[in-house]
Amino acid sequence: MVCVAVFKEIIVNSYPMFLLGLETTLRIFLISVSIGFLIGLFIALFKISTFKPASWLASGYVNIIRGTPFILQLLFIYTVNGFLFSYLNETWPTIFGDVDTRELSGIITVALNAGGYFSEIIRGGILSIDKGQMEASRSLGFSRKQTMWLVILPQAIRQLTPSLANQAIISLKDTSLLTTIGIGELMYQGSLVYAANFQILPTLTILGIIYFAIIYLLTQLFSLIERKVRIP
Amino acid sequence: MSMIQVRNLKKSFGEHVVLQDVSLTVDEKEVVCIIGPSGSGKSTFLRCLNRLEKFQEGEVIINNHDYSNKGVNLNDVRKEVGMVFQQFNLFPHKTVLQNITMAPIKLLKMDKASAEKRAMELLEKVGLKEKRDSYPSQLSGGQQQRVAIARALAMNPKVMLFDEPTSALDPEMVGEVLEVMKQLAREGMTMVVVTHEMGFAREVSNHVIFMDGGYIVEENSPAELFSNPTHERTKAFLGKVL
Ligand SMILES: Nc1ncnc2c1ncn2[C@@H]1O[C@H](COP(=O)(O)OP(=O)(O)OP(=O)(O)O)[C@@H](O)[C@H]1O
Ligand SMILES: [Mg+2]
Repeated sequence: MVCVAVFKEIIVNSYPMFLLGLETTLRIFLISVSIGFLIGLFIALFKISTFKPASWLASGYVNIIRGTPFILQLLFIYTVNGFLFSYLNETWPTIFGDVDTRELSGIITVALNAGGYFSEIIRGGILSIDKGQMEASRSLGFSRKQTMWLVILPQAIRQLTPSLANQAIISLKDTSLLTTIGIGELMYQGSLVYAANFQILPTLTILGIIYFAIIYLLTQLFSLIERKVRIP
Repeated sequence: MSMIQVRNLKKSFGEHVVLQDVSLTVDEKEVVCIIGPSGSGKSTFLRCLNRLEKFQEGEVIINNHDYSNKGVNLNDVRKEVGMVFQQFNLFPHKTVLQNITMAPIKLLKMDKASAEKRAMELLEKVGLKEKRDSYPSQLSGGQQQRVAIARALAMNPKVMLFDEPTSALDPEMVGEVLEVMKQLAREGMTMVVVTHEMGFAREVSNHVIFMDGGYIVEENSPAELFSNPTHERTKAFLGKVL
């Protein structure tokens, strides 16, 4: 009974902070994963391109993303943005006066990071499509590029929905690391809550339940999408 | 008038020479069947005709377009040459109708309504009108291959190439596909068919070509080639398959 009362009290007192955090987390997630998907698509196309420099560039990108920790990528981009925007701010104060470099850096990091992993998933999917598809399409008169967009990618992406969903969920959880640079997402708001009420475990439990619930809903959404786009 | 002219075609994969020196002329409305043992270069030859494969030397001229010329737009020339594959290669994420209309809409800039009208005519011809909204995976092999033929025909090609169109089919479905091909031949389509169906070759083709080791070993009317083969290798091959 005591236990339930503690949770109730935390929620009643602090729900605006949880909601604010949830909203920020979802906003950052949606923007960065959408951008990340596009980055992944183009990096995958670069990587399988017959134009060597493009494929080297893409490989380098993927290797850097995979070979370094997320938190380092975040601090690196945050610091670079710090320099960049203080310069821009001095030069054009009216335009860059109130850019929030924290959230911007967070979005860029999650997007670039997810993009690296998405690209490997998408590349694998493209390569798994039977080469007869390319030949049939070329023999009808479609160019390589048209074939990629009309024939190969639509099949690859459909088949990849589960892996893409998996990466999206990993990226959602990665947004909790943005707390390290003080972005007001869910994890950060939660830490403010327990710093004030000293109920660390109950507060962490509430955070956990919220994350779990979002991810559960996302999983349901993705499996709905998967069923919708499945090729009969 | 000759529809296909191939002169001294040479093709190798790295060190491995697959086509040694192949020359062939196919007249308009002719049906040519290519037979020969596995690995003799039949598929490679066919694929050089629409430049799915590059070749090192020689000339390929189709409907007066010189394919061997470096400057030629391969995508344009391929619109004139339809190809049907052993494995059908329909687009699995598109319905039968979409498989057929996709290329005419995107490449010939046909409007959707006329492309669909034409597609329905073609489906009627191959006997699959009622399958317009099915997906390829919902069709039998023979049905898929007939859709693949309709898809190629939708581009109004001058020439149709077939690479063992019935080899992946269950025996009971071979007939329905050959029937469509015979009909096409009767309508005057210029066709080059790689096949193991000797009955079809005998009945439909104007010429039969026997390939072995990257050469055309023998070329003759089907009656002559099947009853009086002149080369030892032709005799040996026919002895095995007939
Ligand atoms: N992409 C390729 N790379 C390397 N070698 C190849 C390639 N495609 C075909 N070959 C080789 O070229 C030779 C001729 O192959 P091809 O497929 O043209 O023979 P085929 O007469 O069609 O045989 P089958 O009756 O088995 O289909 C074979 O030795 C084959 O191994
Ligand atoms: Mg072959």
